[in-house]
Amino acid sequence: MTESTDWPLWEVFVRSRRGLSHTHAGSLHAPDAEMALRNGRDLYTRRNEGVSLWVVPSAAITASSPDEKDSFFEPAGDKPYRHPTFYDIPEGVKHL
Amino acid sequence: MTSVTAQDRTTAFDAAVAADERIEPRDWMPDAYRATLVRQIAQHAHSEIIGMQPEANWISRAPSLRRKAILIAKVQDEAGHGLYLYGAAETLGTGRDELLDKLHSGRQKYSSIFNYPTLTWADVGAIGWLVDGAAITNQVPLCRCSYGPYARAMVRICKEESFHQRQGYESLLTLSRGTPAQHEMAQDAVNRWWWPSLMMFGPPDDESAHSAQSMAWKIKRHSNDELRQRFVDICVPQAETLGLTLPDPELKWNEDRRHYDFGPIDWQEFHEVLKGNGPCNEQRITQRRRAHDEGAWVREAAAAYAAKHDTARQTAQTAQTAQTGQATQTGQGTQAEQAARAEQSRQAGQPGQAVQAGLTSRPAQTTAAGEATA
Ligand SMILES: [Fe+2]
Ligand SMILES: [Fe+2]
Repeated sequence: MTESTDWPLWEVFVRSRRGLSHTHAGSLHAPDAEMALRNGRDLYTRRNEGVSLWVVPSAAITASSPDEKDSFFEPAGDKPYRHPTFYDIPEGVKHL
Repeated sequence: MTSVTAQDRTTAFDAAVAADERIEPRDWMPDAYRATLVRQIAQHAHSEIIGMQPEANWISRAPSLRRKAILIAKVQDEAGHGLYLYGAAETLGTGRDELLDKLHSGRQKYSSIFNYPTLTWADVGAIGWLVDGAAITNQVPLCRCSYGPYARAMVRICKEESFHQRQGYESLLTLSRGTPAQHEMAQDAVNRWWWPSLMMFGPPDDESAHSAQSMAWKIKRHSNDELRQRFVDICVPQAETLGLTLPDPELKWNEDRRHYDFGPIDWQEFHEVLKGNGPCNEQRITQRRRAHDEGAWVREAAAAYAAKHDTARQTAQTAQTAQTGQATQTGQGTQAEQAARAEQSRQAGQPGQAVQAGLTSRPAQTTAAGEATA
């Protein structure tokens, strides 16, 4: 097996219109950030899907581990009182 | 932290699939599931890329500027589809160069439909209607595939495919309603593409090697024969509107089944083409390899430019740092650096917070002079 000659991988984020957050669209290979932007435009916005693009080297992303899913997000699990539906309000009370 | 046993992992995977949840790249998955996905997604990606060739054959001879612009856009879409799918395959740990290498050396396949020639302009219309149409029938259920990245790629692709199918249908309709010669050309194209399009759904269910397991894993949602029948049922009335016939004397509505019956498919031909003996197998793979080899200088130039650019930038920053006496260590940087960062932000579509959050691809270098060029 020869050594990989692949360009670095980039994650592409697209803002579909003003007022919305950038959303992950997918990934692509490119030699540098500028080419990643150009390739990102050609690949993910051929039909006016975006007004702004971010490209981020995939290697720069730190992700939580799927294995520790339960323990990592556990602190939120036993706090239903953080949701408005936790509270009983008499019928007829308005604007609450 | 408690340790996760192999049994736990298998149970978690099975439960996620059973609950119709999606499996994501970093989740544990059985080796055979991973291998099946790599094989299927790679074959799918290769098909998109090879599929550009038969239609690209007519770009230079499209009958009008309108048709030419449409065809270019369609062929470009297919390149995009290939890239979405290679991206999905790569999330399973297989490199892009490895995938291309396997295509070029024949160790991975592409859809055998693309080994047929495009003899006339009408073939472009017939491909859009029938080949893209069959692809859509296959791909819509894949939007619910159990593997997340594949399913997401399919959603994107399906949105774009309907343009492909409609432009083909419109083009065929124009020919069919044109001069007798044009009508005849449209009919001839449909005659040649109909049967290979039905073969796109793969061998009959009782001969399909991987089907049962793929359905259990929810990679596949419907059997080959089921999808083929669905496609036939859709096409018959569409052909009537076109004013064209489908080349099958046994095609007939079956009131009991509530489906169209159709004649036997020549599976011998299918297997021959798959083995490499189709009319264009040699040509397609030769062309693919040549395109790859002739593009080598572009890839090298881009890599060289990136390296040079990177070195130049680092050198400039080093000089700047030396001049201003480690100003970067204050965390603010010099005015020039701030201006440079602002410029990068503008080029990057003003990521704003992302730059501050360190998401930018080129974080300001705070290394001392000398280290930066190492
Ligand atoms: Fe496609
Ligand atoms: Fe297509």
